[in-house]
Amino acid sequence: MEQETILSEEFEITGGDFINGGMASCRIKNILKEIGIDAEIMRRVAIASYEAEMNVVMYAKKGKMKLILTPHRIVIKVEDEGPGIPDIELAMQPGYSTATPEMREMGFGAGMGLPNIQKNADIFNINSTVGKGTNLQIVINLNNKNV
Amino acid sequence: MNLIKIKAILQAKEITNHISIDIEVNSIIASDLMSDVLHANASAELLLTGLANNQAVRTCEIAGIKAIIFVRGKSPPIETIKLAEECNIPLLTCEYSMFEACGILYSKGLKTAK
Repeated sequence: MEQETILSEEFEITGGDFINGGMASCRIKNILKEIGIDAEIMRRVAIASYEAEMNVVMYAKKGKMKLILTPHRIVIKVEDEGPGIPDIELAMQPGYSTATPEMREMGFGAGMGLPNIQKNADIFNINSTVGKGTNLQIVINLNNKNV
Repeated sequence: MNLIKIKAILQAKEITNHISIDIEVNSIIASDLMSDVLHANASAELLLTGLANNQAVRTCEIAGIKAIIFVRGKSPPIETIKLAEECNIPLLTCEYSMFEACGILYSKGLKTAK
């Protein structure tokens, strides 16, 4: 069932931009903080969105991240134009990584990105087409704690 | 333990300006891999790392970690210092290796973040 949208905001993500990578997630965290979202829920949204954002920075040419707030949940949608993921089940395994040495120098490539998103999400959907890109939908319930 | 005391124990130097280090930090996470930090940091208040770049600061901002101490005498580029100042996250650096810094702080009673 569709729920009333209280707030919707979209952010552009540039592939390869490690200097500004994470800025969109920090803005999302600040928006949720200003609204007064429960700290633990805010932390889960921030971690999931940051991991998703850094995946776009690391692997894709560009992407978009959308924050949607409804009375009962927070939804993060990420769409990228990138290489896609050939084997999603394998990519979901903790420790599995295809990171390059450059990505590892930046502190990524632990193989915990997608598992971290799953851990923090109530619902996590991932669709990917090799050669085209990857779409993520992350849902975190508000559990009547807020709004 | 107060970060001022931790600074003295590790003979660390402050990198950021105008950010108070008079803060309590009782649980620590030590890692160069930011996804590991995000996976395990539920109660971490201080990050020990050799990763001196923007992503170390962003990770702390995202995860609510209060401060960073860089090991092996590392110091981040100026844009990272500016970012930390915007985020109000104090940056310090010490000459100890990660192993030594962890051992010293553990022996002083600081705990790992669960």
